[in-house]
Amino acid sequence: MNNYKIFEPIRTAVAIIIALIIAFIVILLVSDDPIGTMTILLVGPLKATRYLGNVIELFIPLAFTGVATAFLFRAKLFNLGAEGILYICGIIATVIAIKLKGYGILQAVVAIGVASVVGMLLGGIPGILKAKWNINELVVSLMFNSIFFGIGFYILNNYLRDTDQSLVASYRFVEPGKLALGNLVAGTRIHYGLILVLIVALLSYVFMFKTKWGYALRMTGANNRFAYYMGIKTFSVIVYTHLIAGFIAGMGGAVEVLGMYDRFRWGALPGLGFDGALVALLGKDHPLKALLAALFLAYLRIGADIMARSTEVPSEMIAIIQAIIILLISAERFLAKWREKQLVKEAK
Amino acid sequence: MSNCLLSLKDITKIYPNGVVANKGITMDIHEGEIHAIVGENGAGKSTLVKMIFGMEQPSLGEIRLRGEPIKIDNPQKAIDLGIGMVHQHFMLVPSFTVMQNLLLGEEPKKGVFIDNNKAMEVTKQLSEKYNLYVEPTVKIRDLTVGMKQKVEILKALYRGAKILILDEPTAVLTSQETVELFSKLQLLKEEGHTIIFISHKLKEVKEISDKVSVIRQGKFEGTYNTFDITEREISKLMVGRDIILKYDKNPPKYGENILTVKDIEYENDNKKILDKISFSVKKGEILGIAGVEGNGQNELVKLITRLMDTQKGEIRLNDTLINNMSISELRANGLSYIPEDRMTTGIAGDGSIADNILANRILEDEFTNKGLLAGNKMKTKTGELIEKYVVKCSNALQKIIDLSGGNIQKVVVARECSVDLQLLIAEQPTRGVDVGSIEFIHHQLLEMRDEGLAILLISADLNEILELCDNIIVMYEGEIVAYFDDKAKVSEEELGMYMLGLEKHSPKNIRRAFNE
Repeated sequence: MNNYKIFEPIRTAVAIIIALIIAFIVILLVSDDPIGTMTILLVGPLKATRYLGNVIELFIPLAFTGVATAFLFRAKLFNLGAEGILYICGIIATVIAIKLKGYGILQAVVAIGVASVVGMLLGGIPGILKAKWNINELVVSLMFNSIFFGIGFYILNNYLRDTDQSLVASYRFVEPGKLALGNLVAGTRIHYGLILVLIVALLSYVFMFKTKWGYALRMTGANNRFAYYMGIKTFSVIVYTHLIAGFIAGMGGAVEVLGMYDRFRWGALPGLGFDGALVALLGKDHPLKALLAALFLAYLRIGADIMARSTEVPSEMIAIIQAIIILLISAERFLAKWREKQLVKEAK
Repeated sequence: MSNCLLSLKDITKIYPNGVVANKGITMDIHEGEIHAIVGENGAGKSTLVKMIFGMEQPSLGEIRLRGEPIKIDNPQKAIDLGIGMVHQHFMLVPSFTVMQNLLLGEEPKKGVFIDNNKAMEVTKQLSEKYNLYVEPTVKIRDLTVGMKQKVEILKALYRGAKILILDEPTAVLTSQETVELFSKLQLLKEEGHTIIFISHKLKEVKEISDKVSVIRQGKFEGTYNTFDITEREISKLMVGRDIILKYDKNPPKYGENILTVKDIEYENDNKKILDKISFSVKKGEILGIAGVEGNGQNELVKLITRLMDTQKGEIRLNDTLINNMSISELRANGLSYIPEDRMTTGIAGDGSIADNILANRILEDEFTNKGLLAGNKMKTKTGELIEKYVVKCSNALQKIIDLSGGNIQKVVVARECSVDLQLLIAEQPTRGVDVGSIEFIHHQLLEMRDEGLAILLISADLNEILELCDNIIVMYEGEIVAYFDDKAKVSEEELGMYMLGLEKHSPKNIRRAFNE
């Protein structure tokens, strides 16, 4: 039954195409030059190195949160806590970066390292609550998003805030014109976080598919009662899955802050953590496929930005595309009829 | 035919995971008859009636009601068409009263409020009309199974059911309750109701039905007048062979006790599920546990396999107390377990064959190197097992869910039996499996017994129990009611008497099951 293997990719592709068609219809309604606008949306990012750079810059945090969330989703843990962890770990990286200002590479290494470990520990809390008392991880993680934001913002406002700035922002942690994670590709703002995220994704893949802990994680996700019957310690699987996801999300927060900014500037939750759920969903909870999904999403977003700048269609347009893709992919019955027909044919 | 009420034409049902549950079923059901649908577990009976009741949609084929082609999209539509169903697992709200359950969603109203007096009256009328006595104000959770079933039947009738589908109604009933149910069904029939009755108990089918349709492995084997066909003929149609399996067994060579269960008691919600259970299984012995489902066998297995905590009593594996062991320790000590429900506990459907067939040892050192999985070793071992256990598949990395039921079960058996084990708990090991696989699995079990393993076999299939086991325990309402060590002296009929609680061995005889 090979057709099972190709069914899922086809489904994803059809969902994306339908979403783009609907996007086109909406553009048709609001734009004087719908074809031109659609072209900009779809190929705009290819027009300049800077734009391609923007795609990669956005790809990095999306990939971090996407891989983190893929771990959770793979174990069938519907935890959306990457958002809060990303935020508070950004704050923690900022605190350390300010203290270590001028220490060169050490600044970034220590800041990212500490933030990742803190992310891991914080990520573990819903894990232990889930494993021990079966408290719903979705509810807990959403609550913690607010808590982490509240604590992070309090620290920002009371200890880190540079009052010379009109908007909420921390003190500088690098000299003007420099960035803590350096520059990888000239002409863009792509930083060394790209290499880090690729390494993380690759290690995640190895962990998930080539180690016994990854096996236990996958089996727990595929059928936790079966895993339990087989003697797999599902308690520890739930806990370490949360720890790993927290670690990666925390690292993502630190990398994003140090790589893209000279000060901490998030006055609200940036939404990158929630996007991670979308990335994991599109990437079928697979670390490497999540990279592709993150790239796709970053590309669409930057395309939408360019479209908004050069035409009268606002970039919020992209929210429609995203919503439709999520709807269609998570709708289990979507294309089920078609699949059933295929099966009937095969059975004959 | 003129009085053909419901006809199914070429009904095929394929589930999204590729399982073909029904294939080209054509069946006519006439008005005012009791029509039995028989078949082995997993033959596709439930799927078929679920389609009639709108819970599933046929992939192909047509359903006609009084000659009109109809499409039953959902149960509400079925109810509107006068079709009612009593499910095997009751669909009642335990914390609601009988009355509330009966009228749920269609309560008599006074303004926006429920008219309680009217509701009471309606319930009483209904109960009298159909001669099914229920107490309207008692909560469902306080009722016996038989009473719950009555509520279910009334519920369907209240919604105007002319066609009543009963999915294995007697599976959970005591013999008296069954007798009562049958008399009520006869009354309903006389009033012009049509009853579709699913069962795999042939005696009951003979007793109650007018017509009998046989399904084997999703395929239709024909409809017969019950009067014209013998139980033996039906069973032949059901399994495609004479149901009697015969094996040439070597005489048993018993060794020391492997599993000792002593004075086990288990309570749930203040209800005694297991009461003073003691028995032992020796090396080289297959001990069978017979009993109607729901008499405590399931709980007993869960205690032995450490899926539940023992409340009272001792369970020993080779003299080691296992009351507090973890499952992985227990498995390391030589226990293997074939669970009764392979789909929910026996496999991870999304995993590959390799993932599933090695699941009980992948975390051991054999297949890992510093935590990394040894992919090649896994592949080789999986290949060996696939060959040895004759699993039909395209390759080791195929998703297990794509295999047929029999092959999935072989994967489970291969996994559990190919480790270094001393005790095998086999719970319904051949349920819903094709004949070829059944024989294969049976031979495996016998071979393992001859090699000196201790096997505890829990089965609802008496033929399986009688053919394979050296000694037999019968469980009834959480107690051991009989112990047989001379099988020549027991027949299926006799076992049945003990299973239904009609007879009981003396405590002295039962104690023989326990070997110090």
